[in-house]
Amino acid sequence: MHKYVLRRLLLLIPVVLGVTFLVFGIMHLTPGDPAKLKLGEMAPPEQVEAMREEMGLNDPFLIQYAKYVGNALKGDFGRSYSTNREVFDEVMSRFPATLKLAVTASIISILIGIPAGIISATKQYTLTDSVTMVLALIGVSMPVFWLGLMLILLFSVNLGWLPSSGSQTLKHLILPAVTLGLSSTAIITRMTRSSMLEVIRQDYIRTARAKGVSERVVINKHALKNALIPVVTVIGLQFGNLLGGAVLTESVFSWPGVGRLMVEAIRQKDTPTVLASIVFISVTFSIVNLCVDILYAFLDPRIKSQYE
Amino acid sequence: MANENVAGSEDIVVKKKKRSQWAEVWDRLKTNKMAMIGLGMLVVLVLLAVFADVIADYEEVVIKMDTSIRLQGPSADNWLGTDELGRDIFARIVHGARVSLQVGIIAVGIAIAIGGTLGAIAGFYGGKLDNLIMRAMDIFLAIPSIMLAIAIVSSLGTNMLNLMLAVGISSIPRYARIVRASVISVKDEEFIEAARAIGAKDSRIIIKHIIPNSLAPVIVQATLGVAGAILSTAGLSFIGLGIEKPAPEWGSMLSSGRPFLRDAPHVTTFPGIAIMITILSLNLLGDGLRDALDPRLRQ
Amino acid sequence: MSNEFLKIENLHIHYVTQEGTVKAVNGINLELEKGESLGLVGETGAGKTTTALGVLRLIPDPPGKIIDGNIYFEGKDVLDLTEEEMRKIRGNKVSMIFQDPMTSLNPVMTVGEQIAEVIEIHEDVTSAEAKEKSKEMLELVGIAGNRSNEYPHQFSGGMKQRVVIAIALACSPELLIADEPTTALDVTIQAQVLDLMKNLKEEFNTAMLLITHDLGVVAEACDKVAIMYAGEIVEFATIENLFTDPKHPYTVGLFGSIPNLEEEVDRLNPIKGLMPDPTELPSGCKFHPRCPHAEAICAEKQPGDTDVKENHRVRCFLYTGEVERKEEEK
Repeated sequence: MHKYVLRRLLLLIPVVLGVTFLVFGIMHLTPGDPAKLKLGEMAPPEQVEAMREEMGLNDPFLIQYAKYVGNALKGDFGRSYSTNREVFDEVMSRFPATLKLAVTASIISILIGIPAGIISATKQYTLTDSVTMVLALIGVSMPVFWLGLMLILLFSVNLGWLPSSGSQTLKHLILPAVTLGLSSTAIITRMTRSSMLEVIRQDYIRTARAKGVSERVVINKHALKNALIPVVTVIGLQFGNLLGGAVLTESVFSWPGVGRLMVEAIRQKDTPTVLASIVFISVTFSIVNLCVDILYAFLDPRIKSQYE
Repeated sequence: MANENVAGSEDIVVKKKKRSQWAEVWDRLKTNKMAMIGLGMLVVLVLLAVFADVIADYEEVVIKMDTSIRLQGPSADNWLGTDELGRDIFARIVHGARVSLQVGIIAVGIAIAIGGTLGAIAGFYGGKLDNLIMRAMDIFLAIPSIMLAIAIVSSLGTNMLNLMLAVGISSIPRYARIVRASVISVKDEEFIEAARAIGAKDSRIIIKHIIPNSLAPVIVQATLGVAGAILSTAGLSFIGLGIEKPAPEWGSMLSSGRPFLRDAPHVTTFPGIAIMITILSLNLLGDGLRDALDPRLRQ
Repeated sequence: MSNEFLKIENLHIHYVTQEGTVKAVNGINLELEKGESLGLVGETGAGKTTTALGVLRLIPDPPGKIIDGNIYFEGKDVLDLTEEEMRKIRGNKVSMIFQDPMTSLNPVMTVGEQIAEVIEIHEDVTSAEAKEKSKEMLELVGIAGNRSNEYPHQFSGGMKQRVVIAIALACSPELLIADEPTTALDVTIQAQVLDLMKNLKEEFNTAMLLITHDLGVVAEACDKVAIMYAGEIVEFATIENLFTDPKHPYTVGLFGSIPNLEEEVDRLNPIKGLMPDPTELPSGCKFHPRCPHAEAICAEKQPGDTDVKENHRVRCFLYTGEVERKEEEK
């Protein structure tokens, strides 16, 4: 098992390098001269040229990339074009807010999605099942930013119960987290239901019933443990969607996270900040997926024994 | 069940079997009420998009500003009210359907063309090439797709083509994985061996035998993928990375209504409902197609 | 009320689906005494498994429904019991071994947990005692007790079936229902597992309902045999009576399709035709389209049970005198 974890950790390195390379490459295509951007349009050509040299913009692409990775390993992601602050500090200061939002949304979606899926599956063909499935379908069909605005309209503007922006108190977290978590909740509900329906038909469930196990234990112990295996994978993948969705949700609720930082940076053509934001989010996502894979091995003894 | 064809070597037999297979899928789809509702809604949307110019003139209605009637609620003249520049929201939503469907479909087309080819190559040849392609896909998958799309659009510049490229490219890995999986599952079937035995070229085997067999999962994913692409596009537009104004795009319509949420919520509400209905219809149809194409899963 | 150990009366079970109603079990009657073994023989789709699941009330509903009939176990009709009362019987007084050991065990629970669970449910023991007993049960079926912490995927098919047998016998049931317990196993393992079951059954003095399509297995392990065809029991007799003097044309046909070591024949003589579609069963006697002796009445009227001698009854008009036996064409 240790070997497995170690192997997966090592595999993270090429992924992170690949992600930085890809995003660095994409951002490299951005039109416009960063040196001019930094000095202003009116700067004299000599000064711009000196700046280009200083920033390493005259180096070949691969050299620039190598330098970037080398510096990044030391925690130096360059300075923001717009604020001239250290990008690393900037992103790190915003990162906890995004994590808090995504983790809360994830917890909401798990706590609602899994029980809803189980209930729907065990009551297949009933009204409860149909209503749950229709709600889940609507849930996956709503654009997250629109949902956010509608919730603001209802709970902040009309009812005045909850704040529509900011992040000072726990109350401020409710609307953004619910907004962000809703589509994940719907997806987890659907996945749990179909996985549960698949498992309930298995022979070993019949064996459990033939042993005199009560229906409650059949569902919550025998079936659920098996049904959760694919659901856990989906939860991991959904975390990526939550991090991505945070970009939009943070914009709606003025939530001071990496997502909003990135959107602002894009408006100001602040490439180092955009780049660092994406790298940070992607690395987080990769680590979450790594944890999910390890958890998976614990849930499924067949996978675990492959690595023992 | 009664008259199952035995797979024959003659083309005629194969074709006949295939047609009846699709007819069977359609029969199954027809009995699925939800899928039919989705299909019906989608047909209406497509018709609206196609006849958008008949419904409302682009120059005269869709982008024509009239501040004297700005932010008005729904009325007989303006069914869904007017926006902050006095433009008719219904007309803009109808023309927006054209944009959304177009971007969604073309983006998915791009993703299928690139992702499908990569997946087919990876699955068919296996080995190092497979490893290389799929590790590259893993890197794509490590970046949340909306972020990848944001990066691409922000660097290439905001216009409709780049939007489609960005959304398309960011969903390449999904199709690569699906096609690869189904290629691997049919690669070792006997009819492929047989084709090889009579000396068919790789390209012929891929086009004639493997692609038709991986069509079903791709169709399902494409239906759901168009929904995803429309959502991504709207999301990009919402943060200002969509197509240029004043063209009507649902995401940017919604975004520009934001400052007036308190006094004129309809400006924000209706474009969102349009997005939701579109996504819902595609999801309903996609779910139905999946069940119809894989009767084993039907409960 | 009946005093017999197990008595099934006029049992009808249907599966109602969109495509049609499958009439899986159509009025079967059978009796079994304490400690006795009954073989239930028939082709795939004859309704054997449905009958067995019916006894435990484990027919998947929907689509399965017990339409009519009674199943008396130790004098009580199990169809009248509450779900809670039924649960106390399952795995305790009546237990079941399933056909496919590969899928019958829960992949995420250790075999020890799966055996201990049934003990904990039905016996007044601590979980430590249940665990201890689960090891004893493993030893009893020929598996080292220290393997109780392993998962099903770490066992071979034959070993898994031994685990399933250990679960079934853990609470010393009065009745063991075995649904083709050896079909999915290798031929060499089949004999081992069958021997194991026979020995344990004698040790525990358990009655057994053995479902199989293999007359050889029945000859080896059973006292009585019931031949099923299209959801009906067409012949019910002691082993001796059935093997020396089969009466129903279907039973005779079954024997005709098995190679005989003592007699030399040019070719085997399989029964003509196929099992009928269970959604569209033939009228009258379900076997008449394939029967060499069939006459008009066979298609019109359903034959009743006829006792041809003690412990031997047949459902066929040949034995009511309504149809003449035809000379077999050679």
